[in-house]
Amino acid sequence: MKDFTLEFERPLRELQARIDDLEELSRKGKIGLEKEIVKLRRKADKLKLETYTDLTRWQCVQLARHPNRPYTLDYIDLITEEFVELKGDRNFRDDKAIVCGLARWNGQAAAVIGHQKGRGTKENLKRNFGMPHPEGYRKALRIMRLAEKFGLPVITLIDTPGAYPGIGAEERGQASAIADNLSAMAKLKVPIVSVIIGEGGSGGALALGVADRVYMLQYAVYSVISPEGCASILYRDASQASHAAEAMKITAPDLIDLGIVDGLIEEPLGGAHHDPGAAARAISETVTEAINELSKMSPEDRIEKRIEKYLRLGKWIEK
Amino acid sequence: MVPWFKRDKDKLSSQSRRNIPDGVWVLCPVCQVSLYHKELERNLDVCPKCGHHFRFPSAKYIDLLLDEGDHREYDAGLRSADPLKFKDTSAYTDRLAKNTKKSGLTDAIRCVSGELDERPVQLAVMDFAFMGGSVGSVVGEKLCRAVMRAVENRCPLIVISCSGGMRMQEGILSLMQMAKVSAALVRLSNLPQPFISIMTNPTTGGTTASYAMSGDVNISEPGALIGFAGPRVIKQTIGEDLPKGFQSAEFVQEHGFLDLIVARSELKGKVSSLLGLLQGEAVKPG
Repeated sequence: MKDFTLEFERPLRELQARIDDLEELSRKGKIGLEKEIVKLRRKADKLKLETYTDLTRWQCVQLARHPNRPYTLDYIDLITEEFVELKGDRNFRDDKAIVCGLARWNGQAAAVIGHQKGRGTKENLKRNFGMPHPEGYRKALRIMRLAEKFGLPVITLIDTPGAYPGIGAEERGQASAIADNLSAMAKLKVPIVSVIIGEGGSGGALALGVADRVYMLQYAVYSVISPEGCASILYRDASQASHAAEAMKITAPDLIDLGIVDGLIEEPLGGAHHDPGAAARAISETVTEAINELSKMSPEDRIEKRIEKYLRLGKWIEK
Repeated sequence: MVPWFKRDKDKLSSQSRRNIPDGVWVLCPVCQVSLYHKELERNLDVCPKCGHHFRFPSAKYIDLLLDEGDHREYDAGLRSADPLKFKDTSAYTDRLAKNTKKSGLTDAIRCVSGELDERPVQLAVMDFAFMGGSVGSVVGEKLCRAVMRAVENRCPLIVISCSGGMRMQEGILSLMQMAKVSAALVRLSNLPQPFISIMTNPTTGGTTASYAMSGDVNISEPGALIGFAGPRVIKQTIGEDLPKGFQSAEFVQEHGFLDLIVARSELKGKVSSLLGLLQGEAVKPG
């Protein structure tokens, strides 16, 4: 993977580069630099903590979209002991912006469904940058029904800029496909656990995100419209995206405050890509715990609780 | 046809007028004919020449569909709580106040009960005049309560959509209204009570991608814009002009997502037929 530095990470990266240089010099044994290196390392640790603490919402957006961030298939690879990918919506084609399959997750058989972004231009074209067409949502629904038939819990990993806005997508009923998933997930008999692992882009994210439990990675974002989209409509200027991100309150702590998300899954300092294994373990444990708890309920109770949870969402004043 | 005097309609002004003041001529944006407003009003705000459906306010839909007599409006006291303290170029609370003043509405939906050809129904009508018919917590909650009344009273639910989608000013809470209304509709779908979804111009975004497309029967008015993504966003994404008629009700029906396209003048009769047939009535009413 190519190294990639975000603007706000630059001072930290520059300091780390200086330490690397000094270490190189020191190794060559030309001058005694130990003291200086120790000092700089301490400074770097402090700077790292400062850089990644109290991130602005726009910085979170950047981390959520970081090109080195682990994607659904990375987590499947890190977490599951066995994974069989199942393709196609049995209607039109296989949408590669969503991957589905059967997996052994911490020793528990489950259906795993997630948006899949690509790394690099070629793979991104294949994955359509993680933006599904209707057939992607219909494939997901088919696998959910399969899970229901065999009593397997459903785990969804959410990471999309949004459902694809294109001619074919509209012709094949993008709206209808999303609507069908919302209804079907509300009444699915098996447990559903969702984790927003990167970008939760509007209806295209929600179409995999109606669940008994919804978790968010620490630096993930989830919003009704992209900050750029919001800015271009309300501020008539897409470059105001950082303001839109602040106004819409789209981070994991925001969504926990608003009662939309059940819990935050901590990431390694600086983001999941700094230690994908650690992020994967955290996801795995949280999801397993949730499934174990949900499995104790009867399907009827689970559906009732799920519907009641959604019926409570929203804030209004009654005069 | 001699091509040199063919008029290029697209180049003419096509701004439709929502509020039609008294004693004024109105230009039909489709056929460019000047219409006297009284004539237009008599014709249910439909152009008598070309059939273009002008926007119809919620109050008129209520009168159009329900029998004369007792209508009861519900939940008119619900107001947005501005949960995000949202502010862009102006504060959300100011926008709400402005829209209330302008439209006379308290939010983008009105929910009433009444009778349609003597059958009790729950009717929810969205109104574009309030913040573009956008869906926030109030619209979601009012819709859910209408669904629940239909469940409790064992009666049909009719929802007329007219909406640009979810309301950005309530952020993620707006998005969740899609899931919320879908979840409520699960309860109704367990009963043999019809849910008739009627889409009017425009119905886009999360509104289409949740309850509007979930009717037992999905109906649209002719020519209505119906889609998920707005045409501007799609055009921007693909960098090409969109085909003629793209996302019109006729296009959506051709692709298999609308049961019926019904002119406004026929709407009540058609819905009445559907309710009677779906509920197994032996005799046609009236």
